[in-house]
Amino acid sequence: MPWVLVLPAVLGLAFLVLPLAGLLIRAPWSTLGTRLGEPQVLEALRLSLVTSTLATALCLVLGVPLAWVLARTGFPGRGLVRALVTVPLVLPPVVGGVALLLVLGRRGIVGRWLESAFGVSLPFTTAGVVLAEAFVAMPFLVISVEGALRGADPRYEEAAATLGASRWTIFRRVTLPMVAPGIAAGAILCWARALGEFGATITFAGNFPGRTQTMPLAVYLALETDPEAAIVLSLVLLTVSVVILAALRDRWVSTP
Amino acid sequence: MTVLDAHLTVRRRDFRLDLPLTAAAGEVVALLGPNGAGKTTALRALAGLLPLDGGHIRLDGEPIGALPAERRPVGVVFQDYLLFPHLSALENVAFGPRCQGVPRRAARERAAGWLERVGLGEHLAKKPRALSGGQAQRVALARALVTEPRLLLLDEPLAALDAHTRLEIRSALRRHLAGFAGATILVTHDPLDAMVLADRLVVVEQGRMVQEGPPAEVARHPRTDYVARLVGLNLYRGRAHGHTVTLEGDKGPVRFDATEALEGEVFVAFAPSAVALYRTRPDGSPRNRWRARVETIERHGDRIRVGLSGPLPAAADVTPGAVAELGLAEGSEVWAVLKAAETHAYPA
Repeated sequence: MPWVLVLPAVLGLAFLVLPLAGLLIRAPWSTLGTRLGEPQVLEALRLSLVTSTLATALCLVLGVPLAWVLARTGFPGRGLVRALVTVPLVLPPVVGGVALLLVLGRRGIVGRWLESAFGVSLPFTTAGVVLAEAFVAMPFLVISVEGALRGADPRYEEAAATLGASRWTIFRRVTLPMVAPGIAAGAILCWARALGEFGATITFAGNFPGRTQTMPLAVYLALETDPEAAIVLSLVLLTVSVVILAALRDRWVSTP
Repeated sequence: MTVLDAHLTVRRRDFRLDLPLTAAAGEVVALLGPNGAGKTTALRALAGLLPLDGGHIRLDGEPIGALPAERRPVGVVFQDYLLFPHLSALENVAFGPRCQGVPRRAARERAAGWLERVGLGEHLAKKPRALSGGQAQRVALARALVTEPRLLLLDEPLAALDAHTRLEIRSALRRHLAGFAGATILVTHDPLDAMVLADRLVVVEQGRMVQEGPPAEVARHPRTDYVARLVGLNLYRGRAHGHTVTLEGDKGPVRFDATEALEGEVFVAFAPSAVALYRTRPDGSPRNRWRARVETIERHGDRIRVGLSGPLPAAADVTPGAVAELGLAEGSEVWAVLKAAETHAYPA
């Protein structure tokens, strides 16, 4: 084997694995149980699970129809719309947070109207966390579902039409079940991204324990005051990541 | 009574389908034609999956050409069946009645009844991937018939099956079609399927109808090279005067004696087995006799099919013994003699 390739490969692997190993080595295993039971840890964990689940639900409600429109209909400017959908993928999350603040903030274009019409204010609330996470995570879902829809044979939908099914029935009873694995994978990916969201959340929703302080924010804050707590929180997030990887192993890890 | 009365016009960039099509109650009409002739296009237009650019579709006198697919009383069996992979055989068949607003229980009962009828009463809960090709075909048929359509469309219903299953399913399909009260349009490129299943053949080439009639009539009197090849006959065009037909060969006219006495433009058809080959010029009438050159020699069942060039390109079937006796090889010069009693002429 040519060492010019093997050496960088081994270094690359070490670079990816060593930090995680370090996390495991430095973890306060003896006090882990009591650490995990601390109220602020539990609170951050609960808030993270709730907001990322709600964000995923929001992404499903809006993203699946968006993916369907992109995959199944032809309209001028579809390429542009797809490009716009993927912008949050490459945009630094903190920029997303700033943009959300400018639009939905108290003096933002939409935010001002929401405040005066409904008395609703989104920034620095739990709902704001959900919005920030959904903003960053939705492209993962849309792209995954659109790919699944493109891979699904549209002739099944034609067969359903000849059996008397309306467009909505076809979508509900044929299209959705056939792309269900793609939707599930997209939702898991979306949820994982929402769980790890930091930049947009802290910018748009701030860092209030119990209300907007999710796990990643808690890790960052704990690093300054209580490094051991940061390690414990990180371990929890690492565990969640490994579980997700295991759940999706058939889709990504196995090579064709 | 005419159920289907249609004239289908569909334009594509370099293709135009322009096909009149009728079918009576209980009649099975086969659309037969080479790949790309427009058969499937015609079927999709009838089903409402492809918009018409002109013409009309009437079912029992009622225009349906502008209705969307889901509102046409039309059942379709697709080439690879397209059974919904996530639904059981029962749910696949119950899908249509459910869409028509039949309550779930009643829809399932109707579906189970149909699956029983096609002999799949024991496979209700199976998913499509657990069914054999023949079983899947029968589920597809039950799914198309359970909604009681007035027009049934079958797109190459036997093409996906292996030879043995095909035989079995073909006769079962024939039985079910006989029991269907509406009109049936069957698309196929297999002449045998068309002959066995259809009451009438409509031969389509390049988007147009080139021949129509009962299977036996089409098989005896082909009117295009495609049909002649399908039914295995040599076909020529010529002018008849009494029993004598003059064909314009590549090297001047060739004269034939035919069984029928006719006047004017005619087709002449004969089977390859009606041609006898000789090494030297045979005695007798100079008619029905020409000099030919062997171009190809191929096994064809228990006979040998010899492709001849010369004034009349033709196929001749001889026994393997004759090939040896005559010492036939590609490039051999032979005399071809045609039996007048097996040469048929009919008006062009």
